[in-house]
Amino acid sequence: MSTIALHNLTKRFGTLTAVDDIDLEVSAGEVLCLLGPSGCGKTTTLRMVAGLETATAGDVVIGGERVNHLTAAQRNVAMAFQFYALYPSLTVADNLAYPLHAEPIAEAERDRRVAQVAEVLELTHVLRRLPGQLAEGEKQRVSVGRAIIRDPNCFLFDEPLSRLDVQLRETMRGQIKEVLSNLKKATVIVTHDQFEALTMADRIAVMRDGVIEQVASPHDIFAKPSNIFVASFIGTPQMNLIPATILEPTQGVSNFDIGSQHIAIALKHRLRPGDRITLGIRPRSFELVAQQGPETILADVDLIEPMGAETLFHLAMQDHELRVVVDRARRASVGERLAVRFRPEHTHIFDANQQLMQP
Amino acid sequence: MAWRKRREIGKAGWGWTGFAGIISFIYFFPVLWIILTAFKSNADVLSVPPKFLFTPTLENFVSVFRRSYIPGQAAVDTGFDLFFFNSIYIAGTSVALALVIGTLAAYGFSRYPLRGNDTYMFIILTTRMLPPIIVIIPIFLMFRLAGLSGTYTGIIALYTAFNLPFTIWMMKSFFDELAPDIEDAGRLDGSSERRVFFKICLPQVRAGLAATAVFGLILTWNEFLFALLLTGIDTRTIPVAMAQTIGGDIGVRWGLLAAIETLFLIPVIVVVFALQKHLLRGVTFGTIKR
Repeated sequence: MSTIALHNLTKRFGTLTAVDDIDLEVSAGEVLCLLGPSGCGKTTTLRMVAGLETATAGDVVIGGERVNHLTAAQRNVAMAFQFYALYPSLTVADNLAYPLHAEPIAEAERDRRVAQVAEVLELTHVLRRLPGQLAEGEKQRVSVGRAIIRDPNCFLFDEPLSRLDVQLRETMRGQIKEVLSNLKKATVIVTHDQFEALTMADRIAVMRDGVIEQVASPHDIFAKPSNIFVASFIGTPQMNLIPATILEPTQGVSNFDIGSQHIAIALKHRLRPGDRITLGIRPRSFELVAQQGPETILADVDLIEPMGAETLFHLAMQDHELRVVVDRARRASVGERLAVRFRPEHTHIFDANQQLMQP
Repeated sequence: MAWRKRREIGKAGWGWTGFAGIISFIYFFPVLWIILTAFKSNADVLSVPPKFLFTPTLENFVSVFRRSYIPGQAAVDTGFDLFFFNSIYIAGTSVALALVIGTLAAYGFSRYPLRGNDTYMFIILTTRMLPPIIVIIPIFLMFRLAGLSGTYTGIIALYTAFNLPFTIWMMKSFFDELAPDIEDAGRLDGSSERRVFFKICLPQVRAGLAATAVFGLILTWNEFLFALLLTGIDTRTIPVAMAQTIGGDIGVRWGLLAAIETLFLIPVIVVVFALQKHLLRGVTFGTIKR
């Protein structure tokens, strides 16, 4: 079975702990994205799976077998690198055929597989070229092709799309997803791009400072971020995070003091008056209403950014800024005062330890 | 070919092309002079003002290999065919050896740095800091004691040792420039460390190997001092033999000397032309920001 499991995996470089005691499982056919900002340890984790770094502590288990002692060559994993790492002195065809050298197969069979992979990835017309003569997108496809040409235990991708332009990235995202779904292997993709993660992954593991903050499906990670870091890292524009103090509830409706204003939201959470919490609301989860009420706050339009189908309003309250995305049909002018309603079903509450509170 | 040349001139402009031509001519003039002299008869060589138009003769080239040392006597072999062989054999072998050992060492220093790697690299460099003339007496004595004086083994070992620091430093900088990801990709594709080195790293530093080989060859090919002291009659190289040709009862035979020099030049030109594709890349490597 093609699976990956990491148990208490740790990597230290001198005094720096790059990866701190992480546990992770990827089942066969599953695509897991390691997502996080630069330097969070995601690439180091990937390299430990590949066998390019040795773990300081913990185990890497591939296909049910502990592989800590095996070299990269012995682990039979395929990896596509961020900078493609194509062999510059070999043609595209030879690059694709390279991983097959270890397998005892006939030349005809090797050529057949090269041709097959080249066709899937639309590389047939560049097979005789050297990597230096390829366009960025073609290089990327060669690196993917080199990974899928043999039958490895699992696939690893290190920032596979980061060097492509936006349009190409969209096409390749779909293409890679399609290729991977036919392969039924455990796959780990490292990325700092949340769109890549959200669109390609079956599950996402969000990392920060060597620690996995949350592992969940793309839907859950967006809808139920387990803490403030994940909440602010996923989703653009960023989630609004408003510090608030809980007030006495009135008729089952929670009241919050958010500095200059009070707001009432009908939440099912068990809230203790006096506690300090953080309200998290995505920019698309607000409602602009005509009339001011206890469920609304007032804010002035500070900046308007048209984003195409939608428009982003930066609203200024006395002590914070709110980012609100509205339909492009909704017009407003700078300085205008708007009433904004918090929708209870879309309002996240984070406790004083920055963790999500369950209703 | 012609259209291409014209286009390149067009790119640089006729002014610059002419200017570069004049500079090249000034630099090349001494070489041209030597080559012309090699084809002149003794009378033409010494004529004042110098002749540019003359009847060429191969007489000098013949006497490089066979001539009479005493006027009137029959011509005898000068041994220059052996000296040419010696020069080619000694320079070629020592540079090849230095490349093999030095490239492996450089790869080691680049990929598996030791504690104090820079210190080791510096120590290697220091062996080239002493002017050779300072160490010539101890080396001479060592060779005498070890029985290496006048042997191929001795002079090849010495030249290899001379070329090694340069080779290690050059090749290390080439290996340092390679992207380590490519080697990692090779490992993941199931390559042993040996295969990673031979199939992935080495092809990428071909330009470096070519440049290093040319520098090493020129250095070794021209070396005079150690060759003078440490080669015997059988292992003598051209620079030494050439110097020994200068003397004589009838003054310096410039035409003969020029003929030797012209022949001496041929292997250098052949090697440089054979490797010129790599050479430009090799000597400019690292100077262009990627």
